[in-house]
Amino acid sequence: MTPDLIYGATGIAVFAIGLIGALCAQDRLRRVLALKLCSVGAGFILVVGAWRIPPADPDPVPHALVITGIVVMVSATAVALALIRRLHTLEAEDDD
Amino acid sequence: MTIDPITLAVFVPLFGAIAAFVFPRAAVWLGLGAVLATCATVLGLAREVLAAGEVVTPLGGWAPPLGISLRADGLSVAMLGMSAIVGLLVSFGALDALRDLRQRQYFWPLWLLLLTGMNGVYLSTDIFNLYVMIEVIALAAVGLTVLSGTKDAVRAGLEYMYASILGALLFLMGVGFVYLQLGRLDFAGLIAAEPSGALSAALALMVIGLLLKTALFPLHFWLPAAHANATAPASALLSGLVVKAALYIFLRLTTYMPLPDEILVTLIGALGAGAVLWGGVQALRAERLKLLVAWSTVTQIGLIFLAFARAGQVGLTESWKAAALLILAHGVAKSAMFLAAGRIKDEVGHDRIADLDKSDIRPTLAQFTFALAAISLIGLPPSLGFIGKWSLMEGAMAAGYWHWVAVTMIGTLMSVAYFSRVFAGFLRFDRMRGELAEHKGWALADIAPLTLAVAAISLGLMAAPILSFIELGYPFGELP
Repeated sequence: MTPDLIYGATGIAVFAIGLIGALCAQDRLRRVLALKLCSVGAGFILVVGAWRIPPADPDPVPHALVITGIVVMVSATAVALALIRRLHTLEAEDDD
Repeated sequence: MTIDPITLAVFVPLFGAIAAFVFPRAAVWLGLGAVLATCATVLGLAREVLAAGEVVTPLGGWAPPLGISLRADGLSVAMLGMSAIVGLLVSFGALDALRDLRQRQYFWPLWLLLLTGMNGVYLSTDIFNLYVMIEVIALAAVGLTVLSGTKDAVRAGLEYMYASILGALLFLMGVGFVYLQLGRLDFAGLIAAEPSGALSAALALMVIGLLLKTALFPLHFWLPAAHANATAPASALLSGLVVKAALYIFLRLTTYMPLPDEILVTLIGALGAGAVLWGGVQALRAERLKLLVAWSTVTQIGLIFLAFARAGQVGLTESWKAAALLILAHGVAKSAMFLAAGRIKDEVGHDRIADLDKSDIRPTLAQFTFALAAISLIGLPPSLGFIGKWSLMEGAMAAGYWHWVAVTMIGTLMSVAYFSRVFAGFLRFDRMRGELAEHKGWALADIAPLTLAVAAISLGLMAAPILSFIELGYPFGELP
């Protein structure tokens, strides 16, 4: 197996684990983490696209795409976490 | 660098959003100004497209495949125009509907960010750009969903967030596969690519992500709660405009990378039929007015996919026009309906359908608006909804696909039935306790939804120019 195949299969597997978690997990925080896993898997696939047989230089475009994807995911996670906290507070107020 | 309308269409709302966030006290005026300026740039762009057929601008002078270029043709300008005009009227509606100071401050930056994302989608020419833009839309749309701050709204917003991010990530995975296969992500590269199994898998991933984002049955689970619990202007934007962005990407992608199999087209049509029937049943059962309107969105999205699949694989070159007409019709009519429903809720004090006829306050103008919007959604002539449904059925009949005609007919009957539940509440007067106050419940805020509803009806008379406009620049032909 060549490195790109191994990395590609890992990426798909990580994405699949995240997908199952996002669809099946009950806990709100777990679902956010599962979505993060999905994004890591998708990032893996893009990084594999950059790999070239050494000594050739890797393709820089996918790296730029992955960095953009990470930035997007960081902001999405922040929003999701803020919503979860807010919901937690609202539900705690109801219990009182 | 020269500044042209196509670049401004993305950057005017973006800078407006930033300005409205930085200067919260002036947010209303900055926001309105930015929306007006966006309308003006879209108008300028429409004139260029009318003259040239299509407008392409490589940003920063970098040409694809490395650079990002923006492209406008008839279809994208029609979508831009719908967003700008519906957005402008919803903005006027928001002036009255949002009374809370915090809601007023946050509505404008979020809404302008949403407009930035949507305009970006309609002008993008590569699929990674589309991914970034749908995430921008998702973040802004979730913000608008939870704007009311109630527990139900935050819960629905979180569900929406999960669905939206998952949809975008499926899309991103598809983008990754396309890059592995082709080494480029622009539309021209997609058109030039030889069809292969791996590319079809990538297309499947992207399409599933988009179906989740546009809430096609059975992936619609997040939509009713999110759209019903948001504040009225936010609901109008979410239902009228936001789901259309993913639909538009779906139309573009399936034309640049044709669906490899007739069965897949039939499957899309079957999902659309499921949405029409299931959404209809749920709308008949809904107890609250806004929930009914939200379920009607589910059925209308199903209808748009029916239009897409109406004549099978060979008919796709024409069917997108029927789908595009229905997209425009639904965008205008549904935003009018949600604003009107919000006005009715404001005046009557609740939106329980069963108790609408017990109120002595009858916001007749808002009710009239609701009825006009319903006429377009049901598809009665001469509304734009009628033209859309007509071309759906015409194409299905010509291709001999009678089952799609039957589903459309059943869906239309169901929509008459569930909207009639509301009309009965408007028109019954014998269950009231107090005196009916004449002209009570009229307000200046009724003007915006009324204008939208009248537009939904009267645009049907302009269907021929609209049709010839969306064909400009051969949206689904060869790229230069």
